Amino acid sequence: MTEPVIELEGVEKSYRFFQLSDVRLRLDAGQIMGFVGPNGAGKSTTIRILMAMIGQDRGTVRVLGHPLPREQAAAKRHIGFVSEDMRLYGPATLAWHIRFVASIYPGWDAAYASALLHRFNLHPEQAIKLLSHGERVKATLLLALARRPRLLVLDEPTTGLDPVARHEVLAELMDVVRDERRAILFSSHNTQDIEQISDQITFIDRGRIIDSSDKETFLDRWRRLHLDVPPGVTPPAPDGVIETTASGRIAVVTTKAYTPELDGVYERAGVTVREVQRMTLEEIFVANVMSNRREKVT
Amino acid sequence: MHSELLISQADRRPMYLQIMEQIRHRIAVGDWQPGRELPSIRALAVAVQVSVITVKRAYLELERDGVIVTRQGKGSFVADSADLSTQLRLNELDEHLSAAADIGRQLGLTADEIGLRLFEAAKKTEKTRDEK
Repeated sequence: MTEPVIELEGVEKSYRFFQLSDVRLRLDAGQIMGFVGPNGAGKSTTIRILMAMIGQDRGTVRVLGHPLPREQAAAKRHIGFVSEDMRLYGPATLAWHIRFVASIYPGWDAAYASALLHRFNLHPEQAIKLLSHGERVKATLLLALARRPRLLVLDEPTTGLDPVARHEVLAELMDVVRDERRAILFSSHNTQDIEQISDQITFIDRGRIIDSSDKETFLDRWRRLHLDVPPGVTPPAPDGVIETTASGRIAVVTTKAYTPELDGVYERAGVTVREVQRMTLEEIFVANVMSNRREKVT
Repeated sequence: MHSELLISQADRRPMYLQIMEQIRHRIAVGDWQPGRELPSIRALAVAVQVSVITVKRAYLELERDGVIVTRQGKGSFVADSADLSTQLRLNELDEHLSAAADIGRQLGLTADEIGLRLFEAAKKTEKTRDEK
């Protein structure tokens, strides 16, 4: 039962202009992982590797206990995959797609599929080419969700959806993990969606995993401190501080390891801590990426 | 039954604190009586559309504060303490006071000055109450 749903260890993949280096990832059952990175960071490459759509150059990939790419057929039976660039067959109707997918997967839940048609406000007899972008995204999600797969891998599932559709989709994703044996990995630029429903968060930049932890730890440890610095005093730089910007008597410190004791460290150095602010996941993400890139340069 | 919990994204407080506060409030006003079973962590997470880990954290902290008790394999319940709701309202008061103190501190007031202002505010409400 404790076996992870996804486990990547030392995964590497080289292209002419891009390299995925030492990627490790672990997702346990019952959890949702948000996979966040700038454009071209390696999110889709990582996802393609764990879907065995491309093979890794080095490293091990296990999904639902199956080593990939060797046992990909067995693994894929229980994975639902939705990506932005996925195409449905334009001239056919959604009902035709539903019959097609249902004929392949024995676990197809017809009752749930009808419920989703209703909730997503989709019309089964409409041809795919007549659907709006949002409706097409919802149709693709329906085809994956109604299979009730143990693992859902979603590449940008909420991109391009209006606020109401996003709300409907997030509700269905939460409903998936009502079952403790199931798990979701989803990548997104929308850090707000990730902040809301993810248990685990992994940041990737320039082909490397730069940070991975549970969401509560991220939101708790990353803080911004506003300091009043008297003339002639240099603020200390305790462990975890990744950036200090000063102008005049005011300094702003960004730390990734905040504890209330940190206030005391500054106060003892003669610096007044005026305010300790929490950061949104988006602010944490940007600060994390920037500090990581700076470290690389120096 | 628990869909009335609502998480606001405009609220600067973290989601686990919002959940804790709303549960505390329900207990404080007597909607949730001692001994009442709370929804399971997963069920509440699905209902409010917030990650399981966030709801888990809210429950753990409420348990640490003695507001709820968790019995292994049975679920979580509102703690059985006679003066719990008074205690909770006092906690709520303390939270408001420390928020006010923060503002005072940002304005550069000393602890005594902040205290004096609170004293004056308390006097004022006493007076308006007497006049009624």
